[in-house]
This record gives sequence, structure tokens and C-alpha cells, in this order.
Amino acid sequence: MSAVPLTGVAVEPTGEPANPAPRNRRAPRVGAEPSRITRLVILIVVGLVFVVPLAAMFEFTLRSAGTTALGFGHYASIFHPDAAAGVDYSPLFQGLRNSLVICLITVALMLLILLPTMLFVELRYPRFRRVLEFVCILPITIPSIVLVVGFVPVYQRVAAIFGSQPWTLAFAVGIIVLPYAYRPIATNISAFDLVTLSEAARSLGGSWPVVVWRVILPNMRRGVVSAVFLTVAVVLGEYTIASFLSQNTFQTALLLISQTDSYVATIFALAALVFAGILLVIIGRFGAIRPGGRERRVRRARPARPTRPVRSRSAS
Amino acid sequence: MTTQSIPDARTRPAGSSASSPAPREACDAGGTRPRRRSLAWLGFTPFAAYVVLFLGVPAVIAVASGFFSADGSITVANLRAFTDPTILKAFQGSLLVSIVSAVLGAVIGALVCFALLGTRAEGLLRTVVDAVSSVLAQFGGVMLAFAFIATVGFQGFVTLWIKSTFGYDINGDGALLYKIPGLILPYTYFSVPLMVLTFMPAMEGLKATWGEAAATLGATRRQYWTRIAMPVLAPAFFGSLLLLFANSFSSFATAAALLSQGGIVPLTIKQQLTSETILGVSNTAGVLALGMLVIMVVVMFFYSLLQRRAARWQR
Repeated sequence: MSAVPLTGVAVEPTGEPANPAPRNRRAPRVGAEPSRITRLVILIVVGLVFVVPLAAMFEFTLRSAGTTALGFGHYASIFHPDAAAGVDYSPLFQGLRNSLVICLITVALMLLILLPTMLFVELRYPRFRRVLEFVCILPITIPSIVLVVGFVPVYQRVAAIFGSQPWTLAFAVGIIVLPYAYRPIATNISAFDLVTLSEAARSLGGSWPVVVWRVILPNMRRGVVSAVFLTVAVVLGEYTIASFLSQNTFQTALLLISQTDSYVATIFALAALVFAGILLVIIGRFGAIRPGGRERRVRRARPARPTRPVRSRSAS
Repeated sequence: MTTQSIPDARTRPAGSSASSPAPREACDAGGTRPRRRSLAWLGFTPFAAYVVLFLGVPAVIAVASGFFSADGSITVANLRAFTDPTILKAFQGSLLVSIVSAVLGAVIGALVCFALLGTRAEGLLRTVVDAVSSVLAQFGGVMLAFAFIATVGFQGFVTLWIKSTFGYDINGDGALLYKIPGLILPYTYFSVPLMVLTFMPAMEGLKATWGEAAATLGATRRQYWTRIAMPVLAPAFFGSLLLLFANSFSSFATAAALLSQGGIVPLTIKQQLTSETILGVSNTAGVLALGMLVIMVVVMFFYSLLQRRAARWQR
């Protein structure tokens, strides 16, 4: 901090001759923003490098053993597996079904346990916000491989109660999901005045269920949708827990199938990545548009006006 | 943890409201009816029960199992595993892969954040970058392993291209991907997006007014960067770097899909868990889990310190 006035004094004389030079462009760029060319170069180079593995995956799915010609043969074979070659994709579909069931239960856990607890803390015991945050972020610190060491004995008990069903994994996966579900909901809660709104609704005679259902939840659409989508993405991508608790889920099935038919495994992997990408783009757009959010529209309108005059002066 | 802190703090609001009216606390807690307060605590039960059963208990078991011998008595003899050369090598491998991929990821990711400065946060570009980043950072696992087999595996796209244009076989001395340093490639691939996600808020925290103030005082852009932006961003940068390290260090799925034997700690834990027969409670795995946890706790402690420092400029 103390360095700032020092440089100001030292540089003052050189600042003046520096000024006319960029004037013939527009104005000197100030601040951290990169020039258009720098931005384009970085984004294109990094973007291309990151596209290569995905493109390689796609190219791989078009290959077939023996020939150099590319074709969509493997895509067709998903639905008409060659029984004679001993290829059986049923574990993959079974795993996908199991993963979707686990998704449903995990989402239910988040909406019926985490969300009410967060609202409860916010409305009744705000002093425990830090404790709740700590607990919810904790699973990031504990690697899932470490948790698995403890899950194995816990699940021997769980299996004794519920049987060794794939859906029981949802309890373990829910812990892994906790940080991802917590963050968007917490951000959403801090973005609107939950306490005042609920007090106003209460003073107008709403009962708590009515307040939660008709006042609070409509304000939390964005956070809840993000939490749900992130939960779905994380559950579909979960491998560690499923593999150690010997359940067949989408990821374990992918790895299994890749040993007999790596083409189809790659097709499914690529499809899952694209699906998750689309899901998250939808979250992003949903957040940007948000139907009916008046406060949002105001906020969007405000930056739209000043950017135009600013842009003509400097490149911000 | 929750069970400890809840009854602990429970006495406090009750005591304070009894001794003094304490208007702020009363309206903070949202209830002026102490009669109900005792019942309201039940609201925590589902969450507390769930977290204790599926987070508290497994975490305690994981660490505690390292301190039991095969016949069930308490011992610290298992800690001798840390002198085993293969286990030491696994920690070395893990640290090597995590550090290199974290540094690469942090530098490249910070460049991307820099390039994204000044784009609209709600624009299509940022939305797509954010979405792709969180897919690759959090969702990849097994699927990224496939992607890299298709890229630099024996018949990989890039392998074949390099062979045909430069005549060099990157898998010449053994498969690149199936060795420990080969993991750096996929690990960097999911570290960069994580850096974009965690570092972007700090980058956006650079106020335009600081740049203008520096410029009016005659600072060049280089001076602005070295004297203002970099010192402000440093805590966030190193914090994110630690987070990338922690993420790579605890990552399992990608490595498990590529390597069948050990070499990094998570894979060694897997070997221990699957080879031992005593009802899944394998003691060496517990010791390794403890070792990992110690490193993670240290890293995350410094991360939260740096994060708190970085938060000073983000508002």
C-alpha cells in the first residue's frame, strides 16, 4: 500500500510523454483488463488444447478395428449388440438406471434434509451458520478414498438393515455432494433478505408452512435449481464409493464395459460429459434470465447503461 | 462434531435471555417465546443424525482403524507402515503428481481468468466457460481417463499425429499414461478448470478504480500489475494453488481407471482394502488414510488462512 504514492511521485514526469502515444488509438488502457488480442490468443490457445482430448474421444468412437475408415458403426451397435461377439451392454444400462435412482434419492436428501436445516438455521439460530457451513464444507477436506475406508464397515450395518441395494449408496454419495449443494443455496440465501421477508409474511398472518412455500422458496428458485443440477452431475460422475462398496453404477459400469468394448464405453463417457455440460450451461442461463425476478432485471439494466459511455473512453 | 457443539451452545442463549433482555439475540433467534425453544431444537435432528452417521462415524472409523492391530487391541505399530519403501514411494508419487499439476493448473488457470476479465459475467462466453470448467473439474474421473487414452494412448489421436509428422513415439519407452508422471497430464487437465472456478472471483475483485487511481498517479500497466494487482491477488492465487493440490492429492477415479497397481496413495489404499480379508477393516489402509488426512488438514488450514486474507479485497 505504501508503495503506491512512492511510485506516483517517481513516475509522474514520465507519465506525461507516455500519454500522447496511445492517444492515436483510443485511450491508454488502465486497470487489469487484457487487450482484445491478448484475450483472444489466450482463450483460443487454451480452448484448443482443452478440446483436443474431447475431440480425440469423438474420433476414437468413429474408428473400427481393422480399417482406417471412420463411421458411426459403434453408435448403431449400442442398440443392436452383437451377441455372437459376447458383448453385453446390459450392465451399462443397469448401472445408468442405478445411478439415476441414486440421483433421485440424493436430490431428495438435499431438498428434504439440507435445505430445511439451512432455512431453520437462518431463521432461528443464525449463530450456528458457521457450524453448519463448516460441516457442509468438511467433505472437501476429507478425500472420498479416506471416507471409503470408514464406509466399508458402516455399510455392513446398512446392508443388514436395507439389504445390499444400489440405492443405499445415496446416503454416502449425499455426503460427497454436501459442499456442492450447500454453496449455491447459501449464496442464494445471502442474496435476499430472508428474515425480513419471513417476518413480514408472518406479521400478515401466514403460518410457517405458508411462509416457506409461498414466500421463501419462490425466492430460492435459483439456488435450489443449481444445487439440484450440481447434485445430479456429481452423482453421475461418482466412482470411488460405488467401486469400493461393489455396487454397479454408471461409472463402474463404464470401466467394466471399457475392458470388453472400449468404443461404446467412450461413446457413453463423451455423452455423459456433454450432458453434464449442457445441464450446467442451463444453470448458468437460468441464473442470468430468471423469470419474474424484478430485482434481477434492475441489476441487469444498470450495467447496460454505463458500459456504453465508458467503452468509448477506455477499453473497459 | 455437531453433537458436541449443539448442546454446548444451547445453554448460552437460554442463559443470556434469562439474565438480561438482550434484544438483539432475541430477535436473531427469531423467537420471543422461550417456551417453544426447547422443542425447536428437534429441527436439527434429521441433519445431525445423517451427518453423524455418514460423515462422523466413517471418518472416525477410517482414522481409528489404523490404531488397531489384527486381533483388535490398540496399537501404534501400524504406523511403522510409513517406513515401508513402497508406501513412502506412493506418498512421493502422490506429492509429485499433485504439486506439478497444481502449479501448472494454477498458472494456466490464472492466465485464463486474466483473459476473461472484462467479459460480461452473465454473457454466453462466461456461462459456457463456467459450465465446461465445472464439468471437467468435478465430473471427469473415469471419463477423463478414457479421453486421455484416446489422446495419448498407444493408438491415441495425438500419439499417431506426432508419430506421422515428427516420427517420434511418445510411448516409445513404455506407455506414458500408465506411469506415475503420466498422470500429470490428466491431472492438469482437471486442475486448470478448477483454478478458473476458484480464482475468477478474486480476479473480478480487482476494482477498476484502483487501475484508474494508479494511472492518474502515472503508473504504467506493468507497475500497476507488479505493485497493485499481484500483491492483492497473491493470497487468492496461493490459496487456489493449495486447493488444486488438495484436489489432485485426493483424486482417485482417473488414476484407478488408468493404473492397475499402486504408485500413488489412493491406489495403495485400494490395494490394501481389496487384498485384506478381515471384514474390510484393514489397518494399513487406516494408517494411509490418516497420513492423507494429515496432509489434507494442513493444506486446508493454510488454504482457509489465505482465503480469509484474500477475502479482504473481495466485496
